[in-house]
Amino acid sequence: MSVEEQQTIRCLVAKVGLDGHDRGAHVITRAFRDAGFEVIYSGLHRSPEEIVQAAVQEDVNVLGISILSGAHDTLVPQIVEGLEEYGAFEDTLIIVGGIIPDEDETELKAQGVDEVFGPGASMGEMVEYVREHAPDR
Amino acid sequence: MNTEELVEDVLAGEHRALARAITTIENRAEGYRELVSALHAHAGEADVVGVTGSPGAGKSTLVDKMAAAYRERGLTVGVIAIDPSSPYSGGAVLGDRIRMGSNVGDMDVFFRSMSARGSLGGLSAATSDAVTALDAFGKDKVIIETVGAGQNEIDIVRTADSVAVLVPPGSGDDVQMLKAGILEIADLFVVNKADLDGADRTVQELRELVEYQQGGVPSDVGHHGATAETVEGLGPGDGEDGEDGWTPPIVETVANRGEGVEELLAALSEHRTHLAESGEGDEQTRTRYAEEVRTLLREDLNDLLATEIERRGGLDGYVEEIVAGETDPYTVADELLAPIADCVEDGDRGNAARPEQGPTAED
Repeated sequence: MSVEEQQTIRCLVAKVGLDGHDRGAHVITRAFRDAGFEVIYSGLHRSPEEIVQAAVQEDVNVLGISILSGAHDTLVPQIVEGLEEYGAFEDTLIIVGGIIPDEDETELKAQGVDEVFGPGASMGEMVEYVREHAPDR
Repeated sequence: MNTEELVEDVLAGEHRALARAITTIENRAEGYRELVSALHAHAGEADVVGVTGSPGAGKSTLVDKMAAAYRERGLTVGVIAIDPSSPYSGGAVLGDRIRMGSNVGDMDVFFRSMSARGSLGGLSAATSDAVTALDAFGKDKVIIETVGAGQNEIDIVRTADSVAVLVPPGSGDDVQMLKAGILEIADLFVVNKADLDGADRTVQELRELVEYQQGGVPSDVGHHGATAETVEGLGPGDGEDGEDGWTPPIVETVANRGEGVEELLAALSEHRTHLAESGEGDEQTRTRYAEEVRTLLREDLNDLLATEIERRGGLDGYVEEIVAGETDPYTVADELLAPIADCVEDGDRGNAARPEQGPTAED
């Protein structure tokens, strides 16, 4: 099979809400690129609607949400809801990165987040996780 | 989801289906040919505008403002923005979407980022098929933003009806360098960041360039101007009317403030009128289809050859023979191509026996 026919993993790296810390998002964007993924970076201060619009139109397999503001418990459910509205929730792998307390992690996973990566998570680990779990297109 | 359902959903205006259709096209996934064939019947209505120019010229910002201006007129818009892929990992960072601030939350602007996936002409191999999908979906305008282009990324001319080339101020010295290539494909020039120093100079240089291309003698060029002999049949008086009757206008914009966008849309609209009235548009369509068929044939033929190579146990053996000096690349190519060449020759003979059937006979 030629290279063109292989499935490419498309990933949206999203920064939501009032949170200007994007170093982590940049590092991950780059790591994903080097892993051969196609990465769409949202830019800073996006609203949940914008993230949903981008995820739907770009038909990404993976949505990576980076939140360091502590507002994950309100923003993430809004994104999940939006994806459901467009029928895009089921086949999008949702991962969250940032400072997420343990009890919130359990909560987020109950709401539809597939995995949470906190400080200290290794790039290799994340790339491997995405490769294994990215839904087919 | 099967192809039929997907086509149905795209035609019904479902965003998710359109997104999935483009993914299928991009991945060259199973059923993509049937998909594009089915969509093709519903396409052909959209105006396709190409926007190209050097990296950082302001393409994304301008496209954002153009899309917003079309939306104000009640038109729906599709945008395809292409960014380069890594030659090492094959991965890509697709960052054009960041500039799409004017169309947030407006689903009637369908913005799709594409990686060039190794293609070198400024578009990806799947771009024109993705345009077909947006067109069939019912978008009035489709804007294609190319990879940041230097000199030779001119594939856009084969896909777009009108091509706008962005030239930022300060590329004055580059104009000369760019001359034989991307500047030749412009249906209109956009001097973006027109509020910067040097914008006037860039406009002036482009004006001279346009006049050269139109075959006229630039009105205010001194000793290094064109000589009369180089301008056969087209005197200075015809400067307004080039070979194809179209003189690329030069529009000044400041994209981040939205200045000049109306003028740009007006110029694009004029170009469209010109395409329709001169018959050039029809000509363009024919050339494009011919080109598309050729591209497909090349791809298909490559696949056939790949199968043949595989059947013979791969290329490695042949390469070893070449290294050992037992054969050479040309002989190997001839050998591998032989079955296909034989078929074509057989076809010739068959047709010779039945001349009345002509070269299109089914064999």
